[in-house]
Amino acid sequence: MFDRRLVENFDWGFLAVVILICSVGLVVLYSALTAGQAGNTAAIHGLFKKQIIWMGAGLGIMFVTLLLDFKELDKLNLLFYMLCVGLLISVLLFGHVVGGSRRWLMLGPIRIQPSELMKIALIISLASSYSTCVSQTGLDFRKLLKPALLCIIPFILIVQQPDLGTGLLLLLITASITLFVKVEKKVLISFAGLGFALTPSVWFFLKDYQKSRILTFLNPERDPLGAGYHIIQSKIAIGSGMLTGKGFLKGTQNALSFLPEQHTDFIGSVLAEEWGLAGCTVLLILYFVLLFWGLNIAYNCRNMFGSILAFGITIMIAWQIFINFGMVMGLMPVVGVPLPLVSYGGSSVITNMVGFGILLNISMRRYASK
Amino acid sequence: MTEFHKTPDREWIKQRLINASICILFAFILLFLRLVYLQLIRGEEYRLKSEKNAVRLKSIKSSRGLIFDRNRRLLVDNRPSFNLKIVLEDAGEVKKTVKKLADLTGISFDELMDTIKHAGRGAFYRSVVLKTDISRDQLAVVESHKFDLPGVHVDIEPTRHYIYSRTAAHLLGYLGQVNPSELKTGKFPNVRSGDSIGRYGIEKSFEKYLQGKRGGKQIEVDASGRTIKVLKTVPPVAGRDLILTLDLGLQRTAENLLKDKNGAVVALDPNNGDVLVMASSPSFDQNDFIGGISKKKWKALISDPGKPMINKAIQAEYPPASTYKIITALAALEEKSIDVHTTEFCPGFLKYGNRIYRCWNKHGHGELNVIDAIAQSCDVFFYQVGDKVGVDSLAQYAMGCGLGRKTGIMLGNERRGLIPTSSWKQRRFHESWQGGETLSVAIGQGYDLVTPLQMAVFIAAVGNGGTLYRPRIVKTIEDSRGNVIKKIDPEIRGGLPASRATLDIIRKGLLKVVQGERGTARRIRLKNIEIAGKTGTAQVFSVKKGEKLRRRDLGYSLRDHAWFVCYAPARHPVIAISVIVEHGEHGSSAAAPVAGALIRQYLGSAASGHENKD
Repeated sequence: MFDRRLVENFDWGFLAVVILICSVGLVVLYSALTAGQAGNTAAIHGLFKKQIIWMGAGLGIMFVTLLLDFKELDKLNLLFYMLCVGLLISVLLFGHVVGGSRRWLMLGPIRIQPSELMKIALIISLASSYSTCVSQTGLDFRKLLKPALLCIIPFILIVQQPDLGTGLLLLLITASITLFVKVEKKVLISFAGLGFALTPSVWFFLKDYQKSRILTFLNPERDPLGAGYHIIQSKIAIGSGMLTGKGFLKGTQNALSFLPEQHTDFIGSVLAEEWGLAGCTVLLILYFVLLFWGLNIAYNCRNMFGSILAFGITIMIAWQIFINFGMVMGLMPVVGVPLPLVSYGGSSVITNMVGFGILLNISMRRYASK
Repeated sequence: MTEFHKTPDREWIKQRLINASICILFAFILLFLRLVYLQLIRGEEYRLKSEKNAVRLKSIKSSRGLIFDRNRRLLVDNRPSFNLKIVLEDAGEVKKTVKKLADLTGISFDELMDTIKHAGRGAFYRSVVLKTDISRDQLAVVESHKFDLPGVHVDIEPTRHYIYSRTAAHLLGYLGQVNPSELKTGKFPNVRSGDSIGRYGIEKSFEKYLQGKRGGKQIEVDASGRTIKVLKTVPPVAGRDLILTLDLGLQRTAENLLKDKNGAVVALDPNNGDVLVMASSPSFDQNDFIGGISKKKWKALISDPGKPMINKAIQAEYPPASTYKIITALAALEEKSIDVHTTEFCPGFLKYGNRIYRCWNKHGHGELNVIDAIAQSCDVFFYQVGDKVGVDSLAQYAMGCGLGRKTGIMLGNERRGLIPTSSWKQRRFHESWQGGETLSVAIGQGYDLVTPLQMAVFIAAVGNGGTLYRPRIVKTIEDSRGNVIKKIDPEIRGGLPASRATLDIIRKGLLKVVQGERGTARRIRLKNIEIAGKTGTAQVFSVKKGEKLRRRDLGYSLRDHAWFVCYAPARHPVIAISVIVEHGEHGSSAAAPVAGALIRQYLGSAASGHENKD
């Protein structure tokens, strides 16, 4: 079934980078869990094992993704997209509520988060749509209509849950891909103008807690017991790591449970505290290599759809890294976006692995231009 | 697209990819520089901060909103309670400290350790409540041995206090500790584990107003957890206060009158639907629920045959008995089956098919019209009239009068009662409706079930000229400084399906019940206040034909329920009352006097206030 050439073209280096990041992630996660569960060894090992299982399952799914030629995705894009929108609607209707948000669907014992899958589906659809109309002069308004629609529908559904972080990510991914394939100058200017004009009115659509997060970001003193406190404590954690860090399991900020979600959203500060600038630099370099590799796959692909798709997946990972790191370092408001392959959480691991699977897929079949 | 790799487009895309890589590189450099700034330039300072970081977050409980009656008499407030707490991280050798604490206070060691064990994850650095509401002696002992008890401290926190225990307990409701699965739903963003939330009554249905918002403190602590310095404080926000429509004096009188009886009293202001009284007997002590009710007390409450945990005004359904004759009369007059002149002859029974249907007065009422039939509660008259109208038409009118559906009072667990129709019986029992059953329905002894509140809303509407109000329990919601946050206006839910003429006839009948020479409730007549009402005696147990069994020989649980519904003054009513006394036997003797006493008190006190109006 498998062409021998495909195996020869397999991108082992990329896989190695992915596995390296996973390993770093597990080490940091172990620290974060140890502190968060305050001596409850069973809970620590339970969660840790779960994450390893998710990573294993993710790698498995990644290999399954390789079987189907990525060009088939071009044909199937709308089907996949509709399926994900359907799932998002059913989440709103019968979803499982955790912490006030309706984000999960129960499929037997497994809890899935359709908004995660939606990111991939949106990228495939956008790549498919843009690959037929891309031109060096840039796209005009008419051609942007379909991509805008593709993005807005899931955005509205996800914001209803409410999950502003993922919704925002969809907008950022769409904007990045659109800018990448180039739009006409006048389109760009009018969108920028529209953006400036609409920003104040968006304010009214935000929920109170979301407004409060933005205000707190601008002035952390405003909410000394909530998000402001987390930002300050997170900065102390990061800063106190200094050059080489306090050492594995020696973090004190982390241990004092100052950070509410130290194994998910705030895991970056655990890394920074225990491994210092040195540790952070290693992870940043690994991430950069991963992203650069992704763009290189887009570069070498001889198929327009494949190139845009590879770019889209890469930029999805990139935005998650920027937003999460930016948040823990106090450069951005507190938004719940996980750090790829490091934060705890099954849906995020699986989605990223599917993304990497698609990248490997494109890389493997880069010579087939048809 | 086919020959993409040879087109100029490909070179162009490649160039754009290079640009994208440069953007990403810049972003990474930005992140790196930020790390350098935090970890190297300010690293020393942050390291120092983290080392002596003995900053703890301490939350401050907010006090729950107060509840007042309509005259602003305080019903529910908060009292200070001394809560014993421990921060495990600061407690040194936990077992040793707890042992010492147990010896000093006399609280059992096992109980304390149990509480700590159940405190769950993340409890290590947060304070765990060991015991709420410790005594002043225990407080003194803990405070004087402060230095032997590292990590232990006492917080003074507000606790709910019901000033008049057992009064309006069902209406006000009670609190209970929030459970983890409720916290997970995210419906209570301000509630932490260990907090109490409304579980019943107004405490539950107005939870979001009463709750308030937690505050907190950032404090710096020393090695044994004692506060050195308070860094920042966010004061808690007290919950909203509620001003009820309830009249405390009248409520307490009603409860006294129901003492040692099972039953309920509802009094409404017929002009706006205000609930002046809502009493259900037997009652319970809401203060028992604070900090968790003991298993023994709870068991006793739920196994009590008098069902103290049920608000009988809205949750208990009773056959309406003769009070239902008002509806039968209304339907018949509206359907023109009878008019005010139509008379029937009552020989004391009615032969229908081959069965005998008896009147309560075995000697018979003789010839009477609808007004006298209401006044004397003649069964035979209403058998005949009900038969003419038919069960489905009767049901339609009953629904129109607000029976068989919820009144919409802002309390949970309200029951809707039951108004049978022929199709209902078909669905329920797969049997067709029998003519004789219509006769039973016409005098309120069929399948019909109503709640005391439904009857109060209905009789209030008869009194006020036909307007059905949604019963209102809370008038205004205010913040702790007395600013009105929300006003709940009276709400009209509909009108009685009756013309003015019909209502006038019925009101004449109701007036005669009390004021007439042969009226069934003539004994509660007051000197200068005219009362209009209707008695009812709901059979719990039917006496078989030929069996001569005197009522007083029947066991308590087999005795009839006594009903009385009324309004006063008859011309321009300011109060409408519905009373049920379970197993009280006769409406006239058991229920009507309760209403009479309430009217005397309410109009007696209100009389001076109403003078200038007349």
